[in-house]
Amino acid sequence: MNNLVSKVIKGNTRAIAQMITLIENNDSDAIDAMKEIHKKSGNAHVIGITGVMGSGKSSLIFELAYQYRKQGKKIGIIAVDPTSPFSGGAFLGDRVRMMELATDDDVFIRSMGTHGMLGGLASSVFDVVEIFDAAGMDIILIETVGVGQAEVDIVKIADTTLVVLVPGLGDSIQTIKAGLMEIADIFVVNKADKTGVEQVVAEIESMLDISSKSDRETPIVTTSTKKHLGISELVSEISSHRNYLKKEKLIEVKRRKRYEAELTEIIKMRLMNLIFDESKFKERIDTLIDQISNKELDPYSAADEILGKILK
Amino acid sequence: MERKIRVLIAKPGLDGHDRGAKIVARALRDAGMEVIYTGLHQTAEKIVKTAIQEDVEVIGLSLLSGAHMTLFVDVANMLKENEMNDVLIVGGGIIPEDDVPALKKAGISGVFGPGTRVDEIVRFIIENVKR
Repeated sequence: MNNLVSKVIKGNTRAIAQMITLIENNDSDAIDAMKEIHKKSGNAHVIGITGVMGSGKSSLIFELAYQYRKQGKKIGIIAVDPTSPFSGGAFLGDRVRMMELATDDDVFIRSMGTHGMLGGLASSVFDVVEIFDAAGMDIILIETVGVGQAEVDIVKIADTTLVVLVPGLGDSIQTIKAGLMEIADIFVVNKADKTGVEQVVAEIESMLDISSKSDRETPIVTTSTKKHLGISELVSEISSHRNYLKKEKLIEVKRRKRYEAELTEIIKMRLMNLIFDESKFKERIDTLIDQISNKELDPYSAADEILGKILK
Repeated sequence: MERKIRVLIAKPGLDGHDRGAKIVARALRDAGMEVIYTGLHQTAEKIVKTAIQEDVEVIGLSLLSGAHMTLFVDVANMLKENEMNDVLIVGGGIIPEDDVPALKKAGISGVFGPGTRVDEIVRFIIENVKR
């Protein structure tokens, strides 16, 4: 394991990939190794990209990565797609849009499923960010699923969060659920080659007028990945945001929120495993569910019993 | 939680037909596997580098244009060069029966031509993944 960790820190591709697999599968030696990885992390700029399905997140990541490579930066990309809660499987197709970077040794792309029972971002995503960071990557781009809790959770991991919208979604802003519009450090209106861009920009601006609370004006960048437009402006805005965070000493605040979120996810995951996977509780829970079904018991009393056993 | 099987489904070469590859990909997903799809027109180098980053246990190559003896074998050789000896390679598409022995010799463990039931592919992978 020590050998693997030192290879990871040197940036060895194979080692990084194997370490990620071990962490995803809760390998206890790998989890132990995260102590050292954690110490070496904290330098990379973590950029989260979220938005509705079909807004062009993957293509945008490809364009950004291409620009950052021109700057000589080392890039890590985490592409998250939903895990089926029924089969446990996942179709991880984000990479399709990024394959031109597949032979660039300074770009590492890893596809991951969401696989937590609780939705949102699996705790392993936090670990992959740290592994990439410790391996010397300068920029880490995380693409989230376009639905569910993960969209909003991304703000807990990322230093800079991009929310991507596209024209032609009807009353797009009004129907977009609470949270998504509030987490943006930068708004991106992609597919700017289509009609309706000005409307979307105007809607975002009026929403920002109503709700503006922070001292920083949230920029709106229009892009077209198809025509490679607006990307350098976006890179520039991301850079400005990073400088803003440094100047206002907000990086530490963000990091603290990240570690809080990670700790929470790990505790949740371990508790769920303890209660629902360990056989000593499983049987009792099955019995309790039967009793609830027969109206002999209510769900709250059942929960009291199980939690009472754990918290003893 | 049992470790999920990670599979790379790749389309090497110039063949632009990926309906079959996507059907297999969906079947593997429904069988609980994590399936990474490369998209069309991939080179052996891109496929192998992707396989390394994604740390897959299985690579499924799909080709309908007849160039499998070159392209599949290229991928198999490149994997060997990169010491990826624990990866199960399977192939599908339009592959004449006569070519199957040579492909197996080159390291393609399973060849699934037209008419194969997807659950046969699923079962083959589960039974032959190198763990």
